[in-house]
Amino acid sequence: MSAVQQVKFYQVGSHAAGNRLLAPELRSDQADPGRCNALTSGHRACQGCGEALGARYVLDAAQRASGGKVIAVNATGCLEVFSTPYPETSWQLPWLHSLFGNAPAVAAGVAAALRAKGRTDIRVVGQGGDGGTVDIGLGCLSGMFERGDDVFYVCYDNEAYMNTGVQRSGATPPTARTATTQAVGEDPGAPFGQGKSLPLIAMAHEIPYVATATVAGLRDLEAKVHRAMGLRGARYLHVLVPCPLGWGTASCDTVRIARLAEQSGLFPVFEARDGEVTDVTPLRRRVPVEDYLRPQKRYAHLFEPEVRTDVIARLQRAADRNIARFGLLAHKEASS
Amino acid sequence: MLKQTEGSRAVAETVAYCRPEVIAAYPISPQTHIVEELSRLVKSGVLGPCEYVNVESEFAAMSMCIGASAAGARTYTATASQGLLYMVEALYNASGLGLPIVMTVANRAIGAPINIWNDHSDTMSQRDSGWIQLYARDNQEAADLHPQAFRLAEELSLPVMVCMDGFVLTHAWERIEVPEQAQVDAFLPPYEPRQVLDPDEPVSIGAMVGPEAFTEVRYLAHAKQMRALEAIPDIAREFRQAFGRDSGGLIHPYRCEFADTIVVALGSVLGTVCDVVDEMREAGVRIGALGITSFRPFPLEAVRTVLGNAQRVVVLERALAVGIGGIVSANVRTALSGIRLDGHTVVAGLGGRPITKDSLHRLFTDAIAGRLGQLEFLDLDTELVERELARMARTRRSGPSAENILRDLGSNR
Repeated sequence: MSAVQQVKFYQVGSHAAGNRLLAPELRSDQADPGRCNALTSGHRACQGCGEALGARYVLDAAQRASGGKVIAVNATGCLEVFSTPYPETSWQLPWLHSLFGNAPAVAAGVAAALRAKGRTDIRVVGQGGDGGTVDIGLGCLSGMFERGDDVFYVCYDNEAYMNTGVQRSGATPPTARTATTQAVGEDPGAPFGQGKSLPLIAMAHEIPYVATATVAGLRDLEAKVHRAMGLRGARYLHVLVPCPLGWGTASCDTVRIARLAEQSGLFPVFEARDGEVTDVTPLRRRVPVEDYLRPQKRYAHLFEPEVRTDVIARLQRAADRNIARFGLLAHKEASS
Repeated sequence: MLKQTEGSRAVAETVAYCRPEVIAAYPISPQTHIVEELSRLVKSGVLGPCEYVNVESEFAAMSMCIGASAAGARTYTATASQGLLYMVEALYNASGLGLPIVMTVANRAIGAPINIWNDHSDTMSQRDSGWIQLYARDNQEAADLHPQAFRLAEELSLPVMVCMDGFVLTHAWERIEVPEQAQVDAFLPPYEPRQVLDPDEPVSIGAMVGPEAFTEVRYLAHAKQMRALEAIPDIAREFRQAFGRDSGGLIHPYRCEFADTIVVALGSVLGTVCDVVDEMREAGVRIGALGITSFRPFPLEAVRTVLGNAQRVVVLERALAVGIGGIVSANVRTALSGIRLDGHTVVAGLGGRPITKDSLHRLFTDAIAGRLGQLEFLDLDTELVERELARMARTRRSGPSAENILRDLGSNR
């Protein structure tokens, strides 16, 4: 970690802020005043950006897990644009951006070069938004999975193309309003469909590690990065990162909205090894989908001028299906 | 070592002696034999340490080369035709990021209609991609250009394309002097990247650049290619000293002294052109040929020096700039600006149509007799195209031309 700047550390000792009252081995990476800071402050992300938060935690944890030996490869998108407007850069680690659709292949190329040079100590993290991952980069990502390239790939999913002004992506949920799925007429917003679950697609490749996380569970996010970094081969992490601009939520609500996504069952949080689900984060307090939808302007048309109970019920069924499929209530139901 | 071998195999062996550390490859005709042989050389341990990666597309192949090169590995791939077009976005990125990737292109036509045979449509479409483009006259030169390409790429931090005619060269068996490992090692030092992704010295590569600096970045890309105009002949000179062969360089003039007529061509057709030049010279015709090896950067001065005193220049184009005609011609004309001479663009050999000595004899005789227009298509079946043009004029829905022409050809037999 020699060349990496240390983070300015503002937190004071409390149980809430960074778990500093816990035993050192139980504390979060972020609670350590000696931690490195992969993505420095002063970048140009919007206030309350979930992606900036998620990326910082992911890369700080990845650096911690590898003794500071990380190369990051980025797809085009918000994360790239807000962090590297020439001649500035917010990255404290070696960082490479090539194109929108090729981050997994570029990362695999870096990994191949390191392998050829015998540098097993240096690890590669690929990262992109949902557009670069779920849509245009899917071919390269699938190739990376299929070959088992030694890359940990992280998708920061904010459920639309935020960098170009909030257009739909393959990860945009049904009924969400975007610039290209306007709320007009009977069946407003993004259409209902099968959707595209990249975590499930990743699992179908039977790679060693697939997980989902949100920025509401930052300790969980860190722990998953550590687990992924402890393995070799192609690994995948899908992180839900609310976007205040695109979702129409208050900047201060990013973490709260992410938690509601999780607790409603719309975004199941789980882990899988070699294609099988091995662990889920059970819902501690289940909430109806309406609680998650209502604070977001992208769903405003479901509540005004009249409440679209039919559409909300359909979304509730999707959440219920997730809850049943992943057993998100299993523990609670067994005890009640 | 002198051996009877296939062009692709000679190239693959020579590339292996260049010790690439990462090869990312996707098969496409007529490039396949090159990557097949390299996969065998890596697997059998002849070439190592080297990561040979089978990728899911040419876009991934070039993307992987970008990552590997940025991480400091000597990197190689090969492609052709549609594959080259599939990597276009990444091609511009490789040159924009200044990555010294070397790629062989087994030149082939571009569809539709699909056609796997040779012409230069693929690489000519990438003339402005920022890659250096070297065209091989024969298989000896195709092999020899590779150590030179790595030297050039790594000296200038620019990607280099070695273009060799698909099938005509790649699949042709010839006597080829394949260099030996020690010779190549002495000519090509290990790759020392100028900027590399290293956790001990973190750098950000590929930042977003706005209007305040983008023009300057593009200017520097141009300036770097201009430097290649000096580096290419220097490296070719060194190659001749080390290997005793004339390969590479900017141009290859052939019997251009006191020539009234000079034929300009790239690639393997030059051999046929030179044969015809010899025959016509024997008949007392003052004709010569100019082979252009380095199409990017384009050697304006060298071309002007050779062509400046001729009365007429015939440029054989192996690709078509639809809507204007010549691609190489436009560059030749730039080289000859201010000089008055007859210029002819002749589109020849598209999609693998053979360019025969008879046709070339007729062509050059016509040019000398003043019977040649500014833009000609060699051996064009005018009757056939007239018929299709008439049909297009007659009916609103004429259908795809290729199918109509094939039907006509069939019914005539």
